[in-house]
Amino acid sequence: MISYWKNHRERIGQSIDDFFASLGKMTVEFFEEFGQSVLFFVESAKLIFAKPYRIDEIIRHIEFIGNKSILIILLTGLFTGLALSFQIYLGFQLVNATNLVGPTVGLGITRELGPVLTGLIVAARAGGAMAARLGTMRVSEQIDAIQVMGINPKQYLVAPRIVAALVAMPLLCAVFDFIAMMGAKFICIDFLDLDQAIFWDKIQLWLDPGDINQGLIKAAVFGMAFTAICTNKGYNASGGAKGVGEATNRGVVNSMVMIIVLNFFLTNIIRFFYSVMGWS
Amino acid sequence: MAESAIEITDLRKSFDDGKTFVLKGVDLTIPKGKLTVIIGYSGTGKSVLLKHILGLLHPTSGSLKVLGKELWDMKESELMEMRKRLGVLFQYAALFDDMTALENVCFPLREHRRQWDPDKIIDVATKKLESSGLGSEHFHKLPSELSGGMRKRVGLARALALDPEIILYDEPTTGLDPVLTEMVDDLIQSTHKRIPGSTSIIVTHDLFAAFRIGEHMVMLDKGKVLLSGTPEDFRNSDLELVQKFIAKGFKKE
Ligand SMILES: Nc1ncnc2c1ncn2[C@@H]1O[C@H](COP(=O)(O)OP(=O)(O)O)[C@@H](O)[C@H]1O
Ligand SMILES: [Mg+2]
Repeated sequence: MISYWKNHRERIGQSIDDFFASLGKMTVEFFEEFGQSVLFFVESAKLIFAKPYRIDEIIRHIEFIGNKSILIILLTGLFTGLALSFQIYLGFQLVNATNLVGPTVGLGITRELGPVLTGLIVAARAGGAMAARLGTMRVSEQIDAIQVMGINPKQYLVAPRIVAALVAMPLLCAVFDFIAMMGAKFICIDFLDLDQAIFWDKIQLWLDPGDINQGLIKAAVFGMAFTAICTNKGYNASGGAKGVGEATNRGVVNSMVMIIVLNFFLTNIIRFFYSVMGWS
Repeated sequence: MAESAIEITDLRKSFDDGKTFVLKGVDLTIPKGKLTVIIGYSGTGKSVLLKHILGLLHPTSGSLKVLGKELWDMKESELMEMRKRLGVLFQYAALFDDMTALENVCFPLREHRRQWDPDKIIDVATKKLESSGLGSEHFHKLPSELSGGMRKRVGLARALALDPEIILYDEPTTGLDPVLTEMVDDLIQSTHKRIPGSTSIIVTHDLFAAFRIGEHMVMLDKGKVLLSGTPEDFRNSDLELVQKFIAKGFKKE
């Protein structure tokens, strides 16, 4: 019995050691990958301003990102608005503050949920597609072919996608914000019979353009982040179809983690910036 | 000896910071205006060598001169210019799969002949496709709708779009059936003859083709050049590995 416990404790000790060892390895890998993505982003972003300008490509990619994501943005936006407003109503009803359901939902959506959920969804849809596309081009030597033609593949493939995400994400986020507020309006006014005039009035009172802009800025940053991460993974894919799958998977997962982490820092940076400028 | 297209001295390449070397000091001169075949067992570093010539891989050490210029002394912009003087047919053609056959050939022209009007670009691309032997009914098909042989023809037309001085082929016939193999070999040879002064470099492990179309031959083994010379030199070589390779190559056919 004693020896069993001793063994057991050793085993636990061993797994704890393993846990920290792999945690350490993961941390190192994370920073390595992060650093590599940042470098890749900086290198590619510089090429946005290199000639020839690729306006056609940029427009094509904006269309691609929009087309891929708009329906699912509408769907998730609507249901987020429905669920969030109902929960907040249930909470605020306890303290007789149902007047404030509208602005609370509005602030939560425009500042946080709108950009974050838009970021996550578009990263999964369009970001995943970018990683898969570039990965396929890498393993089938199409990227080599571009390079051998005397064309910079990052300038042709990556830079236009970064610009496209920068443009498309705030638009998609605005759509998300709008449709989510429509959902909230439906719950509060059509379903829960709150006063329509008060609902809109309080939203106008508490919600500034600054709140919406803050969300749109975040969305743009998230767009560049997932584009950099996903294109980097695809661009450096290796090992045939399996490698493309891995690149896509890692690209999407890393993008999602990055968006959520980045969101926290952006919230604080933007708040700081706004307060320095005296906007809030 | 005649002028050389490519001069390589003591080229070494390691992918793992010097632990193991894939190229272990390659010394090689590829003559200008000839059709050179580089042969060797698979895994000996033929593709890696080709990627160095294309400037896609950076050597660990050594010197590599393409058309008289040291490749890695160049600035990025000069390297890009140099690459335009090379054309490559990749093993699986590496066609852009979202573009039709014609668009694939137009692509390098659109990038580098910006002063040309669109009609002229399509004109030139059409001619290139025709001389690689692609029927005009296939011009507007996507690569996925073309057979392996047709894809090679499109890839060749695209490689020749900018009138390169050196044309490289990586395993052009690997995995093709004998009929198609012969067709592609003939295509390479006729292309070489059609463009005066052009240098062709073919990487292959198909010995039969090497003797059939090669004017100069190089055998690579374990990251080094084993033998470089005319097909006659190869037949008469008393190097054991060369004889073994030749014996095996012909038994298979
Ligand atoms: N990018 C790379 N990273 C690491 N090893 C590589 C890379 N490319 C090729 N190698 C290795 O170099 C060796 C030669 O490969 P290759 O040149 O493709 O052979 P082949 O003569 O069949 O074309 C192989 O052992 C391969 O694993
Ligand atoms: Mg090879």
